[in-house]
Amino acid sequence: MGSEQQYIDLYEQAREMIFSHAPGTMNTVRDEAFEDFRRQGFPSKKVERYKYTDTQKLFAPDYGVNLNRFEIPVDPYQAFRCDVPNLSTSLYFVVNDAFYNKQLPQAHLPEGVIVGSFRENPHFIEKYYSQLAKTSEDAVTALNTMLAQDGLLVYVPKNVKVDRAIQVINILKAPSKFPQQGALMVNRRVLIVLEEGAEIKMLFCDHAADDRYFLATQVIEAFVGENASLDLYCLEETHYKNVRVSNVYIDQQDNSRVNHNVITLHNGITRNKLDLTFSGPGAECGCYGCVIADKEQHIDNNTLISHKAPHCTSNELYKYVLDDKAVGAFAGRVLVEHGAQKTASQMTNQNLTATKEARMYTQPMLEIYADDVKCAHGSTVGQLNDAALFYMRQRGISLDEAKLLLQNAFINEVIDHMQLTPLRDRLHHLVEKRFRGELNKCEGCKLCK
Amino acid sequence: MLEVKNLHAKIGDKEILKGIDLVINDGETHAIMGPNGSGKSTLSAVLVGNPLYEVTEGEAWFNGKNLLEMKPEDRAHEGLFLSFQYPVEIPGVSMTNFMKAAINEKRKYQGLEPMNAAEFLKLQREKRKIVELDSKLANRSVNEGFSGGEKKRNEIFQMAMLEPKLSILDETDSGLDVDAMRIVAEGVNKLQTPETSCIVITHYDRLLEMIRPQFVHVLYKGRIVKTGGPELAKQIQEHGYDWIKEEIGEE
Repeated sequence: MGSEQQYIDLYEQAREMIFSHAPGTMNTVRDEAFEDFRRQGFPSKKVERYKYTDTQKLFAPDYGVNLNRFEIPVDPYQAFRCDVPNLSTSLYFVVNDAFYNKQLPQAHLPEGVIVGSFRENPHFIEKYYSQLAKTSEDAVTALNTMLAQDGLLVYVPKNVKVDRAIQVINILKAPSKFPQQGALMVNRRVLIVLEEGAEIKMLFCDHAADDRYFLATQVIEAFVGENASLDLYCLEETHYKNVRVSNVYIDQQDNSRVNHNVITLHNGITRNKLDLTFSGPGAECGCYGCVIADKEQHIDNNTLISHKAPHCTSNELYKYVLDDKAVGAFAGRVLVEHGAQKTASQMTNQNLTATKEARMYTQPMLEIYADDVKCAHGSTVGQLNDAALFYMRQRGISLDEAKLLLQNAFINEVIDHMQLTPLRDRLHHLVEKRFRGELNKCEGCKLCK
Repeated sequence: MLEVKNLHAKIGDKEILKGIDLVINDGETHAIMGPNGSGKSTLSAVLVGNPLYEVTEGEAWFNGKNLLEMKPEDRAHEGLFLSFQYPVEIPGVSMTNFMKAAINEKRKYQGLEPMNAAEFLKLQREKRKIVELDSKLANRSVNEGFSGGEKKRNEIFQMAMLEPKLSILDETDSGLDVDAMRIVAEGVNKLQTPETSCIVITHYDRLLEMIRPQFVHVLYKGRIVKTGGPELAKQIQEHGYDWIKEEIGEE
């Protein structure tokens, strides 16, 4: 206990300032979020879902928060020019936690589709904001809700299919006058609303443009309507001074489809939480995670898939490769509620630890309250196959190259599930570079440069 | 080509090779036979540098170089090849990528540029014919889902691709039907030149009738206890090993 006090003090002192720079809808839930935060405090490691990441410690430093909404001087279009072959996306930027609207991409968006800030679209967020992300149940979500002052809205109307992927680059950048040793906190917020039959592919790339200490909290809420389809990718390529605490909430209506992909190539400390709920029957989701970590990186993926409706299918595959003293955690829980008959669920977590110091915590959980379901879960932690390594060496492949081939093969199984083909090809390439140590730190968007 | 002197090796605390002496000259084919557990596979594993085995005494020279001081991959680059008794499955690594990596690492070792894609595919196509290997297998993961016969033919295909100076075939005939054995033997024969040599480890003389070694050695309890010509293999096939054990003064 203790880390929360500075945020409580901050809120009490700066409440007016926070309110004055935020849209009304965000303010209506702010005080309640504050009360929830004050009541809960940061979770200790005794709280089941935060067992593997010490949030008390993460939030302890004295972070600067840009509550006055000073503009950060950066021209992202200069800094990040996208030239991924064939990945022609509609490109947007979020600088720290502010949507960059100085220069929007030449609109290829179909009519009625909105990609913009909360501030500019207040009436669209009213019905949805903070509905899935319950502040009473998660202290980080509560903190984010009490401090976030703007966000990104993605809205797709009924039966509209957005062919071109929407790519959002989250850039972390310190203000020019910010002290060199200072640490900066940003609180990002995203709301995705897909009406009935809508389809969209979204790619979030996290980058740090400065060699500074950053903490980014993020709450994504996604409403996926009947027969709608969401293909979501979250790629993190930051550096060791970065802390990312992301909470993603997804609600799926009848016969909807969601692919949630989370890829961690470079980071400091990362915690990704996914809460996905099947509210209507016949829906499907695929959750794929790929982690490559070394040095002292820490990555904790925590998922909860709630089957509240019958005839839904969930597939989870998370794979980690941990080197040096990296620490990985995967805790996945599938909850099949009363009446969720004909549920099909598969959860797999497989991990490679390359050194004796690397650690992996894995906890696959199944909780079933219906009697006509097909569910499986499993996890493995192991090393590269010595027999395969030797076989390759006998053919003249060096030990390093042989390891690389095996690690690549291991991770590619996850990447091959990803639907966005150009991204998949690019990821194969990035992952190989990563394993070769040629991707040492974030030098701008590796996807885009 | 190869000179092995008084080679001793162990796995864990168990000594398996107890003083092997063997000389193989360019262009020669040698067969090594012997009862189960006599050390045949250990000898091949030690020669190619399998880290599971520890050499405790003796020497091995390969074309003038000290084999025992070299990494397994460098032994391969120098021209040593082992056709594995149990080829390893490597899920997720395609045959093509695997072979490309092997060829290009060898070229790097020789100071050559990597082979371009077209050249590589052409080479692969040619060499596949030698063992009548289905081209579909090229896109599959290494040995994954291959039948027993395909695995063994795949070993000889790799041998054809890498053009080794000395090939060791460790029970390449085990698990093969007569037709597959003929294909493998013909493949091996096509790859033999006056400059290359071969060690064939087998239990049966059927393969030896097709590959035709000049020398046959009997390995027993970690030592070569008898050496002869092709007729020795015939005698073993007919009479087993008991008479040899008697010759060397064992029951």
